[in-house]
Amino acid sequence: MTSKNISGGNNGKSQLKGKDFASDQEVRWCPGCGDYSILKQVQTVFAQLEFNKDEVAIISGIGCSSRFPYYMETYGMHSIHGRAPAVASGLKATNPDLNIWVITGDGDGLSIGGNHLLHALRRNFNINILLFNNQIYGLTKGQYSPTSELNKPTKSTPMGSLDHPINPLAFALGADGTFIARAMDRDPKHLQAMIRRCHEHQGTSFLEIYQNCNIFNDGAFFTFTDKDTKPDTTLFLEHGQPLRFGEGNEKGIRLDGLRPRVVDLKEDGFSPDDLWIHDETDLCKAQILARFFEDPTTAGEDFLPRPFGVFYASEHRPCYEDQLHEQLKVAQGQMGEGDLDQLIAGSQTWEIE
Amino acid sequence: MHKTTEVREEVTIKFAGDSGDGMQLTGSLFTDNTALTGTDLSTFPDFPAEIRAPQGTLPGVSGFQLQFGSRQVFTPGDSYDVLVAMNAAALKVNLNRLEPGGAIIANTDGFDKKNLRLANYDTNANPLEDDSLDGYEVIEIPITKLTRETLKDSPLGSKDKDRCKNMFVLGFLYWRYNRTPESTIAFLKRKFRKKPDIMEANIEVLKAGYHYGENTDTFAHSIKVAPAPMEKGTYRNIMGNQALVIGLITASRKSGLPLFYGSYPITPASDILHGLSRHKNFSVRTFQAEDEIAAICAAIGAAYGGSLAVTGTSGPGLALKGEAAGLAVMLELPLVIIDVQRGGPSTGLPTKTEQSDLLMAYYGRNGECPMPVIASHSPADCFEVAIEAARLATQHMTPVLLLSDGYIANSAEPWRFPRAADIAPIEVNFESPRKSDETEPFMPYRRDERLVRGWAVPGTPGLAHRVGGLEKEANTGNVSYDPANHEYMIKIREAKVEKIAEHIPEQELVCGKEKGDMLLLGWGSTYGVMRSVTRELLAEGYEVGHAHLRYIRPFPRNLQTLMKRYKKILIPEINNGQLSRIIRDRFLIDVYQYNKIQGVPITKSELKDHAKMLLDN
Repeated sequence: MTSKNISGGNNGKSQLKGKDFASDQEVRWCPGCGDYSILKQVQTVFAQLEFNKDEVAIISGIGCSSRFPYYMETYGMHSIHGRAPAVASGLKATNPDLNIWVITGDGDGLSIGGNHLLHALRRNFNINILLFNNQIYGLTKGQYSPTSELNKPTKSTPMGSLDHPINPLAFALGADGTFIARAMDRDPKHLQAMIRRCHEHQGTSFLEIYQNCNIFNDGAFFTFTDKDTKPDTTLFLEHGQPLRFGEGNEKGIRLDGLRPRVVDLKEDGFSPDDLWIHDETDLCKAQILARFFEDPTTAGEDFLPRPFGVFYASEHRPCYEDQLHEQLKVAQGQMGEGDLDQLIAGSQTWEIE
Repeated sequence: MHKTTEVREEVTIKFAGDSGDGMQLTGSLFTDNTALTGTDLSTFPDFPAEIRAPQGTLPGVSGFQLQFGSRQVFTPGDSYDVLVAMNAAALKVNLNRLEPGGAIIANTDGFDKKNLRLANYDTNANPLEDDSLDGYEVIEIPITKLTRETLKDSPLGSKDKDRCKNMFVLGFLYWRYNRTPESTIAFLKRKFRKKPDIMEANIEVLKAGYHYGENTDTFAHSIKVAPAPMEKGTYRNIMGNQALVIGLITASRKSGLPLFYGSYPITPASDILHGLSRHKNFSVRTFQAEDEIAAICAAIGAAYGGSLAVTGTSGPGLALKGEAAGLAVMLELPLVIIDVQRGGPSTGLPTKTEQSDLLMAYYGRNGECPMPVIASHSPADCFEVAIEAARLATQHMTPVLLLSDGYIANSAEPWRFPRAADIAPIEVNFESPRKSDETEPFMPYRRDERLVRGWAVPGTPGLAHRVGGLEKEANTGNVSYDPANHEYMIKIREAKVEKIAEHIPEQELVCGKEKGDMLLLGWGSTYGVMRSVTRELLAEGYEVGHAHLRYIRPFPRNLQTLMKRYKKILIPEINNGQLSRIIRDRFLIDVYQYNKIQGVPITKSELKDHAKMLLDN
C-alpha cells in the first residue's frame, strides 16, 4: 500500500496547529469568499492528522480555488487550467509516498479539465480531489460555469444560459470514482469530517464542496446553508443510518422500488427502521442519491433534499500507482534488473574486423 | 544449369505491395539479414496512413526501400535497381523510379483483370504481357499460386496461407543476393513460438522461395555485394524510434533517475511508447495518457517528483502541448519533449516525413518562452541525442525539445554501438534537506553561475515551497506582478538557455573543406543526402563543406565564424525554409535555400544539381 499513514505522525514533534500549515503569503481571495472557510478547514484537518508538511503536495489548476497551494506551507504547484489531475497523476506515479491533494473548481475541473477529471477518477490513483463548486466563473469575472443553473443571466449570457448543468457527483460516479462525497463551506465541522474521510480513502477521493462566491454568484447555495431552510433542503448521509431530515428529523426517505419518496415519520406512521438505510458501498443506491439534484426553488411537492456526506466509498479497486509499481517488480522478477549492455546490443549483432 | 555470381558495389531494392501484403516486415527482415553480411545500408519505409486502404488500389500501396553497398551508404537511394511488385498497383506507383534496365520481380497472380482494373490499367493491356516493360528485366513468378502449392498440406486456412506469400519473395531474394535465410528462420521461430502452424508455414514458404531461385532456369546469376569498409567494432541494426528508447533508458541509468514517459498514441511517435513499455525491468514507467496535454502534464508532475520525465509526440500533439511546455519553462523543471515530425499542417500527412515543426519548436508558445532545441540526424544518432537532451534538461533545469522525424523514426542503419561503461554519467544534483533550525528561508529560484535553479523534490525535509505558472519573484519564487521583476525574469530565463552554448561542443564539419565556395548547412534527416552530395562535389573538385546542426537553440558558439568562411551557404530542408529564417534572423546573413515538401526525403541528384547550379554561377 502506498502512503496513507492515517495516524499521520510528525516523528514526535510538538503538536501542529492549523496555522502551521499557512504559508507566509497574504491570502488574496475577496473578503467574504467561501474559500477562506475551506482553507481553514483543510489546515485544521491537516494539523489534526499530524501531516508532515514535507510529504504533502497540493496541485491545482487555474481559477480562484486554484490559488490554494500558495497559501499552504507544503509543497505545491499552481499548474495550468484544468490539468491538475494529470500533473498529480505523474507526481504520484513517481513518488507514491506523497500525500497529494488536487484543488480544482467547477470551471477548472468540469469544463476545461473535464477529461482529466474523468480519467483520474477511473484510474484511481491514491490522491484526493477537492472541487470547489460556486456555479460561476469568478476569476474571469462572472460568466456562467458548467454547473450554473439553466437560464442563468450572466455577463456572457445576458438572455440566460442555455447549457444544461453538470451534476458533478453523477459525473464522478459515471467515471467509476471510488469515493464520492459532498460538503459545503458553511458547515465547517462536516467539511472537516469529509476532508478526513478523503484522506482515509485508498484511491481517488472526490469531494465536491459548495462554495459561495459572494461577488458574482452570492447566495447560490443559501437555501442549503441558511439555518432556516437547511433542515428541509439538506440530507446528511451517515453510513448505516436511516435517511432522515427536516426540523427534528421528522422526515425521511423510503425507497419504493427504485423510486425515492419523502415520508413524514409521524404523519405517515413510519419508524426509522422503515427508511432507506444508507450504505456507502452500494453503487446502485449511490447513483440514485446522486440524482437528488432538483433546484429547491423551483421543485414541486415531491422535492428531494440535497444529500451531503459520503455517497459512495469502495476500496475494491487497487490504486493505480500500486499496480504500476507491481508491474515494475514483476518485470524485474521475470527479466531481471535490466542489463544496459544487452539492451544496447539488441538481439542481433555482427563484428567488423 | 550452371549459375554465376555477379558482384555489385551498391544495390537498391524497393519492396512494394498492398498494405496488407506485409512489405514492411519483408523489408525489415531483408534489412536485418543484409546487415549481417557487413554491407552498409540505409532504409526508407513509405506506407499509407490507412491501416488497410482498399485492397489492390493505388492508395493502398505500401513500400520499403533499402540501399546497401560495399562502400558507405548514407541514403536509401534516389532510384532502385530492383522493384518487387506484389500487384499491379505496386508496379504502377513505383515504376517511375526504377533504373533503366532494372529488374521487376512481379507476382503474376497480382495482375489479374481485377487487380489491373483497381490499379487503373486497361484490363486488356496487362503490362506484363505487352511491350510496356521492354528495357527492364522482368521476372515473373506466380507467387500466390506457388505459396498455396507449397502449403497444400498445411492445416492453415486459405487466408492464412496467402499471408505467407511475402516469405516466398524474401526467400527468393535471399537466393538472388547470395544470402542464407537463417536470421529470418530464427525470427519466425521467436515470433510464432506459440503458433507452430503459422511458424512452419512461413518457414516452408521462405525455403520454397529460396529453392525456387536455386532450381528455376530463369535466372542466370545471383548477385553479391561485398562488405563495406566500416570501422572495426560490433554492430547492430537500429531504427530511430528504437534508438530513442534505448537512449532514454541509458540516460535514466546514467543519471540515476527513474524514467517516466507520458504519451498519447500518434504516428510516427507511438513506437517510442511501445518500446519503452517493454522495458519495465529498467524501472521505466510508461503512462498512456488520455490526451497529449495530460501526457505532458503527467510528465511535468513526474519531473517535479524527481523523475527523468519525457513526453513524446508528433506535430499536432506538440501544438496541443504548447501551454504545458510553457509551464515547464516557467517552473524551470527538467523535461524532454520529443517531436517525431510528420507532414503538416493539421493532420497533414501522418505517415510521411517533414521538417516543418522547427519554428513551432523554436517559437511556438505564448509569451517569451525560450526552450533549447536539439535535433537528431539519423536513426543511430537518436541514441546520443536522447542522452544529450536528458543531460541538458537535468543539468540546466529546463524543458528540451528533441526533434526527430518520420524518416529517421522508421528507417534503419547499422550502428557501431558503445559499451555502457564508456558512456559518461549524467550528474544530477537535488537540493539537500534542510534542518528545522535553519533561519534563512529556502529560495527555490536562487540560481547558480549557469543561472540554473535547484531541483527541490517534494518529500525533501525542509524544502516545502510553491511553484506555478504565474510570474515569480526572483529568488523566492513567490508570485510577483512587479513590472521590473517580470522583465528581469524574462531576460534571465532567456540568458539561462543562451548560456547552454558554453556547455555544448563547437560546431564541426561532417566533411569537406574548412573554407571555400559553399557550406551546406543542415539539420535533421537531410544528413545522409547532404553528406553524399558533399562527397561527390568534393570529388568533382568543388570547394565545399558540410556542417550539420545538432544544437539549434542555442546554436554552437562558433557557428557564425564557421559560416563566414564560405562564400555561399546552402540550407536544404524538407520544409519551406525554417532553419533559413532562423539563421537569417539570428546572424543577418543571406543563405540559399533548397526546399522540398513532398513528404519524402530529398534525393541526391536533385540536391546536387541545385548545389552545382549555385556553385557554377
